[in-house]
Amino acid sequence: MSSKKVYQNAHEAMQGILRDGLIILSGGFGICGIAENITEEIKNSKVKDLTVVSNNCGIDGYGLGTLLQTRQIKKMISSYVGENKTFEEQYLNGDLELEFSPQGTLAERCRAGGAGIPAFYTKTGVGTVIAEGKETKVIDGVEYLMEKAIKGDLSIIKAWKGDHSGNLIFRKAARNFNPPMAKAGNICVVEVEHLVEIGDLDPDHIHLPGIYVDRIFEGTYTEKKIEFVTLTE
Amino acid sequence: MPWTREEMCSIAAMELKDGYYCNLGIGMPTKVANYIPEGVNVTLQSENGMLGMGPFPKKNQVDADIINAGKQTITELPETSYFDSSDSFAMIRGGHIDLSILGALQVSEEGDLANWMIPGKMVKGMGGAMDLVAGVKKVLILMEHNAKDGQPKLLKKCTLPLTGKSVVNTVITDLGKFDILPNGVKINQAAPNVGIDEIRSRTEATIID
Repeated sequence: MSSKKVYQNAHEAMQGILRDGLIILSGGFGICGIAENITEEIKNSKVKDLTVVSNNCGIDGYGLGTLLQTRQIKKMISSYVGENKTFEEQYLNGDLELEFSPQGTLAERCRAGGAGIPAFYTKTGVGTVIAEGKETKVIDGVEYLMEKAIKGDLSIIKAWKGDHSGNLIFRKAARNFNPPMAKAGNICVVEVEHLVEIGDLDPDHIHLPGIYVDRIFEGTYTEKKIEFVTLTE
Repeated sequence: MPWTREEMCSIAAMELKDGYYCNLGIGMPTKVANYIPEGVNVTLQSENGMLGMGPFPKKNQVDADIINAGKQTITELPETSYFDSSDSFAMIRGGHIDLSILGALQVSEEGDLANWMIPGKMVKGMGGAMDLVAGVKKVLILMEHNAKDGQPKLLKKCTLPLTGKSVVNTVITDLGKFDILPNGVKINQAAPNVGIDEIRSRTEATIID
């Protein structure tokens, strides 16, 4: 059964999934831990009018930034969009819709979406523009606002190691948004640096159990890109 | 003599107590880590999903998978742990972080903070700032006392979109250290040879005695 999850490459893994108007949940923070093979496949497929839920939108010419350049994205739900000129231009021109969601609220909205929680109350954003149009509630004397969960059609995820049943281990700070995004998509496709056999991973070390993963393949990678190489002075 | 940026960072570092878990914002707040007093052990959290942040790496230590919330390369320590972003913000929102140091565009005398957008100019987004100020036990702001055009930044009311309402506890500027109290802003410490009259003339917020 589990072997059915394994595909040879991004092109095969994305067969039958991609269409216009998809809501895509993307793991990664900046360009750390992003599903670059899958993103390239989405670009090549030319599907459009995508809604992308991702903390950031890559950088110019790399990661999700490439889908902005090809104008395949209609709407972004993000917490931070700096460091991306294409984003700025398209947003200011009105070509791109943008919904800001605070970073922790965004992570929790996706976690909740995958956990069957339709909405939750949080202090984050009370008294700010984020609260506009949202229900508020005073609980034990403190005001909270209600944030709705996010669910998507497709989760695109990057992990370090994964086995044939979809169990995943992430590497260091590249874990970031990958687990909550993986949980909230109708179909979850994962690219890994190392695809291993069942039994090769210690069950106590699994970060994300395979139940959340539908398709998995070993990606092809050159050197990992870094947004800001900062060295000790 | 107003404080230099280095002096502001070292004044801010005195707020870091032994055993604290702290989150330092992007820019000047990050530099506070260089001034942590000897004997004080502080664990730095990075909201992308890392606890126990070490210094910036040497060239041969650079690892693309170890970055801080400013997307800069960083190093890990023996006590470091990693977790996903929803866990990271559970720590923040859940009140487990003792102190957050952030920059600001404006702070009001009621402790309102504006630091994420200037309408009409580029909007970069709030990132984790709204979550941090809503959930962390103590919020310390590091900023210049006045904007480049001389406008006060410590105001009666913020004019820019807010990051949080009544969230700031302490503000450190080049002119002094200020506590935000229920009835106004109290000077906790003035920079050397900076008088109360100069502070009042460069501040819009109510300065209380």
